[in-house]
Amino acid sequence: MTDTQIIAPVPAKAETPFAQFRAEFFESKIAVGALITLGIVVVLALLAPWITPQNPYDLAQVDVMDARLPPGEEAFSGYTMWLGSDGSGRDLFSAILYGLRISLAVGVASGVIALFIGTFVGLFAAYVGGRVETLIMRFVDLQLSFPASLVALMLVALLGKGVDKIILALVVSQWAYYARTVRATALVERHKEYVEAAICLGLSKARIMFRHILPNCLGPLIVVGTVQVASAISLEATLSFLGVGLPQTQPSLGVLIANGFEYMLSGRYWISVFPGLALLLTVVSINLVGDHLRDVLNPRMKK
Amino acid sequence: MTEILKVTGLCTHFFTRAGVVKAVDGVDISLNRGEVLGLVGESGSGKSITGFSIMNLIDAPGRMTGGRISFKGRDLSQLSETAWQDLRGNRIAMIFQDPMMTLNPVLRIDVQMIEAIQAHEKVSRTTARERARDTLGMVGIPAPDERLKAYPHQLSGGMRQRVAIAIAFLNKPDLIIADEPTTALDVTIQSQIIHEAQKLTRQTGTAMIWISHDLAVVAGIADQISVMYAGRIVEHGPTDYVIDNPRHPYTYGLLGSVPSANKRGARLFQIDGMAPNMLALPRGCAFGPRCDRAVDVCAAAPGMSQSCTQKFRCHNPVPEAVKVAK
Repeated sequence: MTDTQIIAPVPAKAETPFAQFRAEFFESKIAVGALITLGIVVVLALLAPWITPQNPYDLAQVDVMDARLPPGEEAFSGYTMWLGSDGSGRDLFSAILYGLRISLAVGVASGVIALFIGTFVGLFAAYVGGRVETLIMRFVDLQLSFPASLVALMLVALLGKGVDKIILALVVSQWAYYARTVRATALVERHKEYVEAAICLGLSKARIMFRHILPNCLGPLIVVGTVQVASAISLEATLSFLGVGLPQTQPSLGVLIANGFEYMLSGRYWISVFPGLALLLTVVSINLVGDHLRDVLNPRMKK
Repeated sequence: MTEILKVTGLCTHFFTRAGVVKAVDGVDISLNRGEVLGLVGESGSGKSITGFSIMNLIDAPGRMTGGRISFKGRDLSQLSETAWQDLRGNRIAMIFQDPMMTLNPVLRIDVQMIEAIQAHEKVSRTTARERARDTLGMVGIPAPDERLKAYPHQLSGGMRQRVAIAIAFLNKPDLIIADEPTTALDVTIQSQIIHEAQKLTRQTGTAMIWISHDLAVVAGIADQISVMYAGRIVEHGPTDYVIDNPRHPYTYGLLGSVPSANKRGARLFQIDGMAPNMLALPRGCAFGPRCDRAVDVCAAAPGMSQSCTQKFRCHNPVPEAVKVAK
């Protein structure tokens, strides 16, 4: 052998891990359907001020004469209330879209904040190890042994009403899930050979943790993240339904359901049922997307 | 010839619940600039642990319990963790066995290489990138610009090992410890990698410890060979002498069990028994119970004997006149 020349197969196209993941995700029709539904829900919520016939919180636009109109009835001011109106004359379609805005915002905000805190704590625990790790993880265990709704309920009872307080309560009751997931994944990754190789390159510990281990933990983290956002949304609805969540001036879906609840027995089902359906649709589609993400990202579930 | 690495009496023991495992028990290594030392032994003989000890990467329950490692005249035992960080990847680099595992799967090749340069030198990204590309070219990777943008899973095993070697050579280290770097590769790729590694050590003057269980591989690349058995070096000498005229019965047995074209159809030599339990090493010579040349004195541990060409640890060595059948 005079000179080593090897002919390497050039990959047909630069297929990034992301492209691979995308192709696998789009194999499932249910997941794609759920993703599209979720997309529509999010777009409707975002565009609420421009597509609703009424701003349900502008008292000048709400007419008590329109109260409790059944679905499809024409309102006093001329437009059709396709989903009916609630006890104070608000158009339910508009109220639901505005409520979705708040529910989604609260769910995503608390989910993202909890993700950052949980990831940092979990990674820190895996990084320092020893007693500090044990201490942190036992605290996480302790918190996870309480139902999330109980923790959130206690906190809201202490803190009072308000969007910021609800978000805080949701973050406190959910960060531990992320911490546990990240720490477990990081521990597995830490003993892989590429980490040893990185140590042999003389990279700093922090760099190895954040640059090498964290990206490899993203799979499980994304899955837990989507599921937790869905559960944050339903948890917020639960709190609001119980009357300890968001105030009447910022009605989320939970508040709308609670408002209509008293009319259920008198046959005016729509005031509660339509917000409930909207909530169901949102949470189920997020969960379906999350489920399928787990199937795609978990190597053990691969065919 | 300047001495790069001098290891004397290295002991690394593992304190397990079942007892103390003397994985490395009194190993001496001396390595000059540009020299390649082949460290040979079967699984569990302590050759990898020797490599990791030099890098100070022994995890609990293991600990370096004795010996001195001096690198370019500097004693490494008192080094702080930050000083180690500075040394690793910069002056001493390492190549691992499985190229599928040693590159981070989610980072592109260029990211990993630039990072390795910038960890030790204040250079711009463009300079680092150029150097990464040049080094990839040096290890025989065609179209290095495209490879830089690839993810590890897009490369074949041989290609990844070339990348790993390129990363090891990036900062022009004085010493590279290669831990079975060709074991996971098929034979044709193996010979290419060896060729490449040998060329690079000659070009750059980097000394190398090539750890392997395969005498044939080591014979092709090493200037000197140390054969390890049960945590000790049992034979050491220039490659040609050790291969052609092994004195220790273990080396003799290893060489005799290598199949070759001339031995077709003939029964290969076989070393009886199994590798010893490291928790309960036999008294005296650890190889004694498996040795067909064992005599009464073997109940006492043999010291290092020195012939004019090589060193060996045996009471009843294979006579110089006996050559290995090829």
